[in-house]
Amino acid sequence: MSDITLQKSDSSGVGPVEGISLYDADNPAPVIEAPRKRTSKTPRSTRGNFEMAAWLFMRLSGVVLVVLVLGHLLIQLVLDGGVSKIGFAFVAGRWASPFWQVWDLLMLWLAMLHGANGLRTVINDYAERPNTRLWLKGLLYTATVFTILLGTLVIFTFDPNIR
Amino acid sequence: MATPTMDKVEAEAAASDHLITVTFRIRRFNPEISADAVWEDFQLEIDPKERVLDGLHKIKWDLDGTLTFRRSCAHGICGSDAMRINGKNRLACKTLIKDINPAKPITVEPIKGLTVLKDLVVDMDPFFQAYRDVMPFLVTSGNEPTRERLQTAEDRERFDDTTKCILCAACTSSCPVFWNDGQYFGPAAIVNAHRFIFDSRDEAGEQRLEILNDKDGVWRCRTTFNCTDACPRGIEVTKAIQEVKRALITRRF
Repeated sequence: MSDITLQKSDSSGVGPVEGISLYDADNPAPVIEAPRKRTSKTPRSTRGNFEMAAWLFMRLSGVVLVVLVLGHLLIQLVLDGGVSKIGFAFVAGRWASPFWQVWDLLMLWLAMLHGANGLRTVINDYAERPNTRLWLKGLLYTATVFTILLGTLVIFTFDPNIR
Repeated sequence: MATPTMDKVEAEAAASDHLITVTFRIRRFNPEISADAVWEDFQLEIDPKERVLDGLHKIKWDLDGTLTFRRSCAHGICGSDAMRINGKNRLACKTLIKDINPAKPITVEPIKGLTVLKDLVVDMDPFFQAYRDVMPFLVTSGNEPTRERLQTAEDRERFDDTTKCILCAACTSSCPVFWNDGQYFGPAAIVNAHRFIFDSRDEAGEQRLEILNDKDGVWRCRTTFNCTDACPRGIEVTKAIQEVKRALITRRF
């Protein structure tokens, strides 16, 4: 019990004896460094135009996705009986037409890349340590590639006569 | 004999009539005493038409000489007294007491995103490093002209807004991206790059654009407009950043 109290007073910089400080001019407390400080040794990381392409892609794919996703929601949930009509037969009927195949494929790719790029910027903004960044981004890219490949495979190999 | 004394008392009463009592709540940090930063309250009589900086001076000169803060010109030009006053980045020398609700305690903190060294003093090195990295100087080729480098009024107008920067760091230290990642150039560096990129006399615009095309360059801006709100010189900082983005996109197409 008393140990905990001692520890607490240590962190506040005042020792167990009232009025005696742990820090003085020769032994100052550590200052709190800003995250990922820029120094003259900060390497200039040139990645070509990737960041610009990513920024442009977010704007363009966002515009296309508004049409694709709103259209998708309208067809799936509102028109013609709403959500109750959706079943295997409904999906099979739509994917018989190449138009809806392309629509869904485009929506899958754009939405996944748009979301993945958004999360990438969130990780870049908030993850401070290089290792945390590496692992979070690794996880993100793995999940994205897996979902895109699986979705593409299903759209192209869909068999309406499956048993 | 009694009349002059009465007059003096009345004059003194009249002189202190307009004074109000204001509480300054200041974020104190002294690494030679404690590892923790604490809030400390100071009460003082002050004319509401005076500035926050005058209040800080009163505290330092009359109440507590250990209070540490930066200021040089005290008239909004040198840009050394940017601090977070009532949660907003401002220059202490341009903020009047009456404009920030003196009925409540006035909080004064160091600007965020930079290492606090003592009280309101922060380490500005990373900020100036980003400034240096965008080459904030005129770059030309060929022979020096014998006269001044002429420019039309329209050409000068193009970058007029960004010439006003005083490098106070109010914008950069209000940017949420910079708070979390000091590798981002920050609004101030981009503003000062903008000042030369759009200068018709300068020849290194392409080079500066390439620097800002970096992964820690303009594309990390999230257009939250914190920088525009914070700028004590009224520079449209976010607009300048967007203009650099547009220049990057349109220069090759």
